[in-house]
Amino acid sequence: MNKVQFNRLKDHLFQYFGVACTLFGIILLAIFIGSILKKGLAGIDFDFLSSLPSRKAEKAGILTAWTGTLWIFGLTALFSIPLGVATGIYLQEYSKQNWFTSLLEINISNLAGVPSIIYGILGLEIFVRTLHFGGSLLSGALTLSLLVLPIIIVATREALRAVPDTIRQAAYGLGATQWQTTWHQVLPAASGGVITGIILALSRAIGETAPLIVIGALAYVPFVPKRPLDEFTVLPLQIFNWISRPQHGFIVNAAAGIIILLLITFLLNGIAAFLRYRWQKKVNW
Amino acid sequence: MADSKASENKAKIDIKNINVFYGEKQVIKDISLTIKEKIVTAFIGPSGCGKSSFLRLVNRMNDYIHNFRKEGDVLIDGKDIYAKEVKVEELRQEVGMVFQKPNPFPKSIYENVAFGLKIKGVTKRQILDEAVETSLRQAVLWEEVKEDLYKSALELSGGQQQRLCIARALAVEPSILLMDEPASALDPISTAKIEELIFKLKEKYTILIVTHNMHQAGRVSDRTAFLHLGKLVEYGKTKNIFTSPKQDLTEQYITGRFG
Repeated sequence: MNKVQFNRLKDHLFQYFGVACTLFGIILLAIFIGSILKKGLAGIDFDFLSSLPSRKAEKAGILTAWTGTLWIFGLTALFSIPLGVATGIYLQEYSKQNWFTSLLEINISNLAGVPSIIYGILGLEIFVRTLHFGGSLLSGALTLSLLVLPIIIVATREALRAVPDTIRQAAYGLGATQWQTTWHQVLPAASGGVITGIILALSRAIGETAPLIVIGALAYVPFVPKRPLDEFTVLPLQIFNWISRPQHGFIVNAAAGIIILLLITFLLNGIAAFLRYRWQKKVNW
Repeated sequence: MADSKASENKAKIDIKNINVFYGEKQVIKDISLTIKEKIVTAFIGPSGCGKSSFLRLVNRMNDYIHNFRKEGDVLIDGKDIYAKEVKVEELRQEVGMVFQKPNPFPKSIYENVAFGLKIKGVTKRQILDEAVETSLRQAVLWEEVKEDLYKSALELSGGQQQRLCIARALAVEPSILLMDEPASALDPISTAKIEELIFKLKEKYTILIVTHNMHQAGRVSDRTAFLHLGKLVEYGKTKNIFTSPKQDLTEQYITGRFG
């Protein structure tokens, strides 16, 4: 076999390898989803979605859990998006590049890797105890906001960095101030990357369990939270609680809960991806 | 080349003993000249001679280069544009700029042209619509895009994008237009269109154009300044510069002996 044939063989082998890896991931995911559906689909009905949890498996529902998850999602988005994007904009467009900002950049990246339970301990001390918010939705959302802030900041900075400087020059040349340039031209051009960062951040937030346990989210919450200072539970926590029960009925409930959690995750990601598509179409990058 | 008209025009821009430094490096050495209004003044010279830096003095775009320093004065209509009271955003609405590589915003054609007005505070739809049409007509682009104003600017050809950038600059109604090698990234046909455009525009605007292309300078400009290694070697009527240059260096550059 000569050199050209050998290179072509390597090319084909790599393609097959790539396809195999992709299929591997897809097949694993399909097996997982299939087995969950088998275990839990039967358990999903209107009663399940609208009932409060109960000690009896047949009566137990995930109403409090999914309302809690949506509350957490909403509040975390409310705190982390403006703060994270604004910080990213400031660090990338406004602050001078010196040793201090480099140090800041390294630290923010490091924070993204800190185990989530440590954020839970931080939240416990600051929000639950010192600020007296208790084991509430507010404490949970603030804690998770701290957790996901680095993700949004880093994604925002990267997205802004990718916008060519010629765009800024053109805007300044027309008499725009730095803020007008950033808000009307640079940020829209960076929107794809920023929204991706937000999606990743919020997806992470709604799957988190450990920090919420630490700040006091309860496993058994027989009421629907109505205000930010109410106590709460979330889907992952409820699922975890049910799995540790011996009765078979709770296994079905847990599997059903997992399906609901997956549906919410896919739905949220789908909406965000759609928004990103629409926004990018407007920007026409 | 309307040379006779140029002699009567009054002075628009006064450059007095300008020296420009980027950190330790001096890129412009003691240049003084006066640019008359409503004519085209070309700046020619080999690469690195300071033409672009010189141009960017007039709209203070050099301010963004962190180790930029200047000595000397730049006056427009008799006023020092580097004075403390001067709002640089207002200056840039008086002095428009077209860059070497077309750089439209990644938005629609309409949004590109309207941007300058929107940041000035214009919000009324009718005013914006009229301004967009006027500017696109001035830039000889209206007929080509009037059906598709909401199409993305990035879908236009290179030559059309550059004319869009010109329209965008004209929309804020500047009195001076700075063009930094506006046709160097374009094909010959687009270049010709841009040159025709410049010829039309000088009835209303004072135009400064930096160009690598001597023939272009000869075609479009009324006055030409030849820069070499940061110094002003010769400045005068374009016809004279190209047919009977006073300096040897000028003659050598014109005849292609270097640069």
